[in-house]
Amino acid sequence: MTLSLSVVLAVSALMFGLGVYGALTQRNAIRVLMCIELVLNSVNINLVAFSRYVGPDQALGQVFTVFVMTVAAAEAAVGLAIILMVARRKAHIDIDQINLLKW
Amino acid sequence: MAELAWLVPVLPLASFLFISLAGHTVKGDGDRIGVAAVGASLLLSLAILIDVIGGARVAADMVWAFFGSIQLRMGYQVDPFTATMLVMVTLISFLVHIYSLGYMHGDVRYKRYYAILSLFTASMLGLVLADNFLLLFIFWELIGLCSFLLIGHWYEKQDVGYAAMKAFLTTRVGDVGMFIGIMLIFFHARTFQFDGVAQAVAAGDFAGAALAVAAVLIFAGAIGKSAQFPLHVWLPDAMAGPTSVSALIHAATLVAAGVYLVARAYGIFAPSPTALTTVAWVGGITAIFAASIALVMEDIKKVLAYSTVSQLGFMMVALGVGGYTAGIFHLLTHAVFKALLFLASGSVIHGVDTQNMHEMGGLYKKMPITFWTWAIGSGALAGIYPLAGFWSKDEILLAAHEGGYTALFWILVIAAVFTAFYITRATILTFFGKPRDKKRFDRAHESPATMTVPLIVLAALAVVLGFANSPHTGWWFSHFVYFDHPHEAAASPFVLFWATASWVVGVGAAILVYGLGVISRRAVIDNLRPVWVLLKNKYYFDELYHLVFVRGTVAISRIVGWFDRVVIDGIVNLVGYGAAKLSRATGEFDLDVIDGAVNGIAVLVRSGGAVLRRLQTGYVQSYVLALFVTVVVGLLVFAFGG
Repeated sequence: MTLSLSVVLAVSALMFGLGVYGALTQRNAIRVLMCIELVLNSVNINLVAFSRYVGPDQALGQVFTVFVMTVAAAEAAVGLAIILMVARRKAHIDIDQINLLKW
Repeated sequence: MAELAWLVPVLPLASFLFISLAGHTVKGDGDRIGVAAVGASLLLSLAILIDVIGGARVAADMVWAFFGSIQLRMGYQVDPFTATMLVMVTLISFLVHIYSLGYMHGDVRYKRYYAILSLFTASMLGLVLADNFLLLFIFWELIGLCSFLLIGHWYEKQDVGYAAMKAFLTTRVGDVGMFIGIMLIFFHARTFQFDGVAQAVAAGDFAGAALAVAAVLIFAGAIGKSAQFPLHVWLPDAMAGPTSVSALIHAATLVAAGVYLVARAYGIFAPSPTALTTVAWVGGITAIFAASIALVMEDIKKVLAYSTVSQLGFMMVALGVGGYTAGIFHLLTHAVFKALLFLASGSVIHGVDTQNMHEMGGLYKKMPITFWTWAIGSGALAGIYPLAGFWSKDEILLAAHEGGYTALFWILVIAAVFTAFYITRATILTFFGKPRDKKRFDRAHESPATMTVPLIVLAALAVVLGFANSPHTGWWFSHFVYFDHPHEAAASPFVLFWATASWVVGVGAAILVYGLGVISRRAVIDNLRPVWVLLKNKYYFDELYHLVFVRGTVAISRIVGWFDRVVIDGIVNLVGYGAAKLSRATGEFDLDVIDGAVNGIAVLVRSGGAVLRRLQTGYVQSYVLALFVTVVVGLLVFAFGG
């Protein structure tokens, strides 16, 4: 079975939309982090899809995806560490109540 | 030996350096080192003289600097004239050095005295060795400096300081002329060397009015240094210095430098009748004018000072009328007998502690050596046969007579009468008659050997030196030192008669007035009161110069001072006031406008920041929203904006 490119792109766009929406609306920091993972993975899908349909003889998209996953893992680790520290100091992780990074 | 001539001035110079730097470390402040150095120079000079008599000549020089294509050479030369001068200077200096051991014993500035005496000797020797005008001028100024320092030896007394300054400034007037003259010579002859200038004159490159002007300007320097009329005023005042200094500097050497200069530069005088006549007449006027003042002086040193001025005038006349050898010979004999007279007067002053002859009298028994040496010296000065002065003065009279200068001849004869009169008067007042000051007479005593031995040596020389240029030696000196060609002096009975008559009349008159009292001194003065007052006041020259130059200078300074205070200071103050006003205005501009602009920018930035910082909320999600919106808008613009 062969999926057409536009179908795959549509799934990817849907995932991207969900991710952005979640990142902007959720109060819980863990959820925001998870939504950011969604955004990153939608991009991965895009990369793999274009690699498959535009230049199948080369694995460029896949290589990029591996990089993105590595960076995402690192980012998630740093993010979770920050969240852990915030939780220890404030006893909550409501992102709309954390505004220390202003002037 | 003559090649070692450079060593002659170097020895006293070394002694000067040693005494002034390390004199206090040795016994007697290094006075014996000074004596030894000059003594060595004397021996060396004698050896050089013997060499030169044997025919040796030395001229050594080296290139010192370049003026464009012109070489400036410096060096020394030894010819008969220089060799003779070397011996004369070192001999007198050596004797004065010895004499000073006694005369200056226990002086406040003994070390300084000996140091400068050495420096003076070195400079004077350098002057007679110099082979060009520039080097001569350098030493010329050095001896002037030493003269200043030695006249002012007892500078605590105000008169002494003034006398030193007067000597320095008066000679400086002549020196300015001399320097211009030297530059004129350099301009025309393109060299400073004596022989080079002589060659330029001989070749006709340097002649006419320029030559005459240069010669007269050079002579101006000689007028100042040799105390000729009208710059004679400094020499009598210079007697404020120690008598030993007067003997060395103001009788034998420094004042003779003027005569030396004219003789050395004779090559530029000889072709110019104007210059020669100027020299002759200035000398003649000086000779009679100074001799007449010496007639009435009461200070024994002042008598000798005016006598020196007068005798230098004789030498100038000799050079001016063409008696080159006669002038130089008189320079030598005069150096000996006048140094002798000064040293003898110093011995008297040492004994009685006064210079006023009216407080002396009857000293011949108390100071026999001083008296006899003085008598020989004064006989030589008066020109009594066979003493030195007879031969040299006779030569000068002969030269004037032969040169056809009849008026000058008679002037010199009268000056010679005056000379015999004043020196006899001084002798009688000092050594004969009753003691006029009992206390001073009682403490008078013969001076120590260090002072009498030089007197005896000089007296012996004053007896024999004249024979160097006499028929008995075949006019030897005329064949040794001469200009162009030897001048064979033919003895003239006419001149001989008047030369002898002059001293007979002078000495006789003085004995009649002062010795025997046949002619009353009072009566003479009363009959000639206006003349006596004029002479007593030295023709009012000091007063005239005071009025014209000192007062004149003060008046000019007043006017210049007023101008300075009112006009120059006014302008300066005005400029200052304007600058202050201007800076106040620019200061205000700075404070208001520039600072305002700077502060305004700062305020703008601060208020802008206050507004813009509201954007930074600290809520992460608002940042992300802004980012998202920006990207979407950006994409839309990119996609549809064109």
